[in-house]
Amino acid sequence: MSLHVELHSALLDEERRARIVLTVARELDASVEWIRVSPPIQRAFDATRAQYHSTTILEDLQRNGNVDGQRKILALVDVDLFIPVLTFVFGEAQLNGPCAVISTARLKHEFYGLPANEAEFESRVEKEIIHELGHTLGLYHCRNFECVMRSSTYVEEIDLKRARMCVDCKTKYLSAKTAFVST
Amino acid sequence: MVMNSNHSILIVDDEKIVRDSLAKWFQEDGYEVGTAENAAAALKQLQRRGWDVILLDIKMPGVDGMELQLRINELVPGATIIFITAHATIDTAVQALKRGAFDYVTKPVDPDYLSHVVRNALKQRTLSAENQKLKDRMTEISKADEIVGQSPQMQKIFEMVETVARADTTVMIRGESGTGKELIARAIHSGSGRKFFPIVTVNCGGLAEGLLESELFGHERGAFTGAQYRRKGKLEIADGGTLFLDEVGNISTKTQMDLLRVIETKQFSRVGGNELIRTDFRVVCATNRDLEKAVADKTFREDLYYRLNVFSIFIPPLRERRSDIELLAKYFLKKYSETMNKPIRAFSPEALAAIVGHCWPGNVRELENAIERAMVVGIPPAIQAHDLPMQVAETQDAPADGTIAAVEKTHIRKILEEHRWNISRSAIILDIDRVTLYNKIEKYGLKRPK
Repeated sequence: MSLHVELHSALLDEERRARIVLTVARELDASVEWIRVSPPIQRAFDATRAQYHSTTILEDLQRNGNVDGQRKILALVDVDLFIPVLTFVFGEAQLNGPCAVISTARLKHEFYGLPANEAEFESRVEKEIIHELGHTLGLYHCRNFECVMRSSTYVEEIDLKRARMCVDCKTKYLSAKTAFVST
Repeated sequence: MVMNSNHSILIVDDEKIVRDSLAKWFQEDGYEVGTAENAAAALKQLQRRGWDVILLDIKMPGVDGMELQLRINELVPGATIIFITAHATIDTAVQALKRGAFDYVTKPVDPDYLSHVVRNALKQRTLSAENQKLKDRMTEISKADEIVGQSPQMQKIFEMVETVARADTTVMIRGESGTGKELIARAIHSGSGRKFFPIVTVNCGGLAEGLLESELFGHERGAFTGAQYRRKGKLEIADGGTLFLDEVGNISTKTQMDLLRVIETKQFSRVGGNELIRTDFRVVCATNRDLEKAVADKTFREDLYYRLNVFSIFIPPLRERRSDIELLAKYFLKKYSETMNKPIRAFSPEALAAIVGHCWPGNVRELENAIERAMVVGIPPAIQAHDLPMQVAETQDAPADGTIAAVEKTHIRKILEEHRWNISRSAIILDIDRVTLYNKIEKYGLKRPK
């Protein structure tokens, strides 16, 4: 039995989706499927902050999604996410849980008043997907600057890391994945 | 943020959504996270275990964050608290920081900033803990040599040392040569807030006038013939610490004047130099001279005398605190037995009687030297009377039969004679009460000479 990952999003073009699916599948040693649906974000909207509460999205995703022992679901949205206390989050995952969400809003160069850089944007999306899915398998943040599990609190930190786990995280991930699919 | 599997964070906030989201956020970093919805729950958590950082909301129903901070400070002094609130005012922020909060952040906070604040709080906490550990270690290794004494006089001195050590005042230690004045000076230094800085000893009696001046103030290159290099003086080296002026009564009149100026202004120039150097030291001095007489004779400046004699400690000679002799002898026996690695653990009754019976004009120093010498020549398992230096052995007046009773009888007679049969005084020296002394006089048939 292998791990199955569903990426829920109506964003991005076919070609880009295919590349992202390939990268994520390779790194996570999982079957990855892009499902063209818009994730449930309406309830998560906070009018006072004009942002979306990521934890609410995760709750709705878990409620609506087909969650089972072999499946992890990640929603890809383009709205700005937050959790109370913090001004924003790039994404959120249920630690050792079935769902995760990432936002492309702050991964775009245009958000910071810079000209678009599609290649870098795509790389950031890949890294954030792998990072949040890593959390759903119980991985914590890593000290290694290049490891994808390194925490990023500003976008340049995402650029510093690679779309791959370090040896330590990879070992932990593979053992967590084996335990997950065998339950 | 990075993996922080060893650190723990307690989140205190009345809003569940805030507690949960922060807890999740920190858990991803590997922190051990606890939550509390109000002050009571927070205090319960804090009683149960220690937390490295406490994130505290200000506005909570019942006991609010500001009041809870006070209670936490009582319960866990030194707790690292970061206020996190949506209702920020300058007043509350200032108040919180004044009461010792590490930082104050307003909701919503930038994730990078929160991560930075928590990291800094943990770093400071680790450094404080390390600093405390090092200070404890320093205190342990900077402890002065043990001062031994059970006599009421020495007990009183210990109390005085403890009291005066903490007050950053000038201390004058009086006493005969060999009574341990430098040991007392070191005990004062190591009990003071200056213990992490040096105690610098200047032997004022052993140096010629010009040399003492150079020793104290240092000199510039070429200040005098032979001064090839610039040299720091003891006053400069003692900056932050204690300056121990031994034999202060022997300083020449000129140096007395210079020294007075430095003690008053805490600044001086090196010999041959113009640069004013600031220094911060505490003066502890010692003398066995009669300084009052020296002041009357005009050989010691009156103003310097008053400047130095702020707090005076008099160490009585050993012969006036005889109950300490045996204790000191045994202390030195143990000390030299260990340093010389020689299995001599006791005195023969004759040797002990000789030691206790001697009047020790050279005081503790003489006693220590006698035991050290005896340890060198002695043969295990015990030191014999003939191992003691000649003058000790010769002056002993131990009885021929060597029984404890005979030793006691001889000793009591000696003390009574030394004090002209003043019963009260002799009882104090013998460390027994007057009734006991009368009983012993009767028991041993001692008679007052007519």
